[in-house]
Amino acid sequence: MRCDFADSLLQGYFDGELSGCRAAEFERHLRHCAHCATELVDLDLLRDRLQLAQLYEPATAALRRKINAPLHAIAPTTAVSRPLVWHWLAAAAALLFVATLLWRVGHGVRGDDYQAELAGEIVDALVRSQQPGQMNVIASNNERVVEGWLDGRARFAVPVRDFTNDGFALKGGRVDVIEGHAVAVLVYERNGRPINVFIWPTRERDSPPRTGSWQSFRWVDWRKGKKEFCAVSDVDPADLEHLHQLINSSA
Amino acid sequence: MNDFDAEDRLRFEQLVLPHVDAAFNLARWLLRSRADAEDVAQEALLRSYRFFRGFHGGDARAWLLQIVRNTCYTWLEKNRPMELSMEFDEELHLQTCATPETLAIVGDDRKRLTMALETLPPRFREILVLRELEGCSYKEIAAITAIPIGTVMSSLSRARRQLHSALVNSLQGARP
Repeated sequence: MRCDFADSLLQGYFDGELSGCRAAEFERHLRHCAHCATELVDLDLLRDRLQLAQLYEPATAALRRKINAPLHAIAPTTAVSRPLVWHWLAAAAALLFVATLLWRVGHGVRGDDYQAELAGEIVDALVRSQQPGQMNVIASNNERVVEGWLDGRARFAVPVRDFTNDGFALKGGRVDVIEGHAVAVLVYERNGRPINVFIWPTRERDSPPRTGSWQSFRWVDWRKGKKEFCAVSDVDPADLEHLHQLINSSA
Repeated sequence: MNDFDAEDRLRFEQLVLPHVDAAFNLARWLLRSRADAEDVAQEALLRSYRFFRGFHGGDARAWLLQIVRNTCYTWLEKNRPMELSMEFDEELHLQTCATPETLAIVGDDRKRLTMALETLPPRFREILVLRELEGCSYKEIAAITAIPIGTVMSSLSRARRQLHSALVNSLQGARP
């Protein structure tokens, strides 16, 4: 006999789509329902089979050519410098984080529409950051080059300093748009790991650093001289603090 | 299309083109043919390009897949209207699966899964493809398929049950 939960909560539970209390409700039910327990195992087996069979069929090369041809006929592609691969990876994770941070810090609680918008923004940022050659990036360890490059794009003055002597080598910079605002990003390298420093203008007063973590990333956020800085990385927290001090004393 | 400026085009390339794989995959499973999927996915992409100005941010993949899906259904209505009224029929399915051809390929799980998936009505097939192959959330599935989010759960349940029994049948059908 099928259980009443089989068509509703069971699926949501399996797909991780239930809210905390509904998931707890289902787990209470699960303790007494062998049917649902078996069904969960079956669903899991089915999913494994589907994954193993590799049924996903990516676009054929012919389709890609067909799509690209008419698009490229319309306007020439602007040449952009190609960044290192790790820039993208770090960018993706960091952008995701910053979008979340901005939402938390700047807006407090909003309705569903706003959250959907933010989710879109995060996805957009991720998509942008994962497109090699598609985003505005400069790879250079020269302060003036990076500063000059950002100057024309970020619409606000971005102080760029290389701290190679202190163990934080400048690797480059980029601009992005988060929640409709231009954000400048400086990328440093510490012991082979990237640190992204997001910078955007603010009207708020200077503030001491706040720190936190999000998944495996740590962040330090502070305001100085009408700018907000947010350094994000998976390096040692002490290193982030060190970089914060270097930037603050040079700004 | 000609007044599309470079900025729009760049935005389109950044937001929509990364989802070409998703577009093709959905079309391939809805149409059950790679060649048709290529044509229809191309049409859907050009359509989305033309109406890109109507896209005001949000989930670009869901937006594109919605267009792909609608283009697929329009294509099916025109070219294979019978398929849209297709209902899952276990008896019929059992017979289909017992043909010599199916007996020959039954050892290959990928082919068996493909066949089982293709016997499902399009509306169940698409929901499984979106969830299991594309990894869409219920919210995204609801947006793409234009069904209420509450219905996603029950549709998935039915779709999974049908797939499961199609697979069981294909095994039974294969036995002498």
